[in-house]
Amino acid sequence: MTSSDGLHLKTYCMLLIMVVFAPLGNVFLGKGMKGVGSVVSWSPSQLPHIVALVFTSGYIWLGVASLLTFFVAYMLILSWADFSYVQPASSITLLVVALLGYFYLGEKISPLHWTGIVVICLGVFVVGNTPPRTTEVR
Amino acid sequence: MREAVLLFLVVVSGTGGEICVTRAMKHVGEVTDFRPMALVRVILQAMKVSWMWIGISMMALAFFSLLAVLSIENVSFVVPVTALNYAAGALGGEFFLEERVTPRRWAGVLLVCVGVTLVWIGKR
Repeated sequence: MTSSDGLHLKTYCMLLIMVVFAPLGNVFLGKGMKGVGSVVSWSPSQLPHIVALVFTSGYIWLGVASLLTFFVAYMLILSWADFSYVQPASSITLLVVALLGYFYLGEKISPLHWTGIVVICLGVFVVGNTPPRTTEVR
Repeated sequence: MREAVLLFLVVVSGTGGEICVTRAMKHVGEVTDFRPMALVRVILQAMKVSWMWIGISMMALAFFSLLAVLSIENVSFVVPVTALNYAAGALGGEFFLEERVTPRRWAGVLLVCVGVTLVWIGKR
């Protein structure tokens, strides 16, 4: 295996972890916050009660744990790959979020909305075919 | 209006935070040892870089804004719209991190922006 192959392999492994845990985190947070109630009706006097509701929600903690896992993988991958490669390449998570929102949370998604998500993923495909590092190794 | 402000905070603060974290991790250097203790050492080393703390603060602001907007909008709408940070990220990578964003990457980023626009229109 060449060093270039190794670089791509560990990059793809980290991207896989990010693609699984980022959507899970967002979906859990969404489910947890729907249980807390709408921000539109929040008043400053209610803030302590809302904060208590947020931090006693199991879904919020599951979401935080998933996003922390994502964040560690993200930190590691950023130590060798370009930011402008990693960030768009990980946007496949958007499709996974939409699928989870549709099937798990029962959210309504219009055909135009799905088209938009597919176009975003197409953008990801284009970006994913560029070299992961364009700067010199320090 | 409130949702637009919150989404703006999620995108701008989130991207700014990620750029700061990237700068900190580039300072730490490439991670080659993935054993748990070695990873803990990398994290501790990263925590000594001030860019990491600025980044974490900005990402925390983005996180709480995300929580707020998730209380009023569906996750399948909010998360794709936050993909606008890909455009901000490419700009930040080129101008703040001195990465060379190729025309092909720019084309991908443009597609992402078109997709986000369709998602926004599709929700109405």
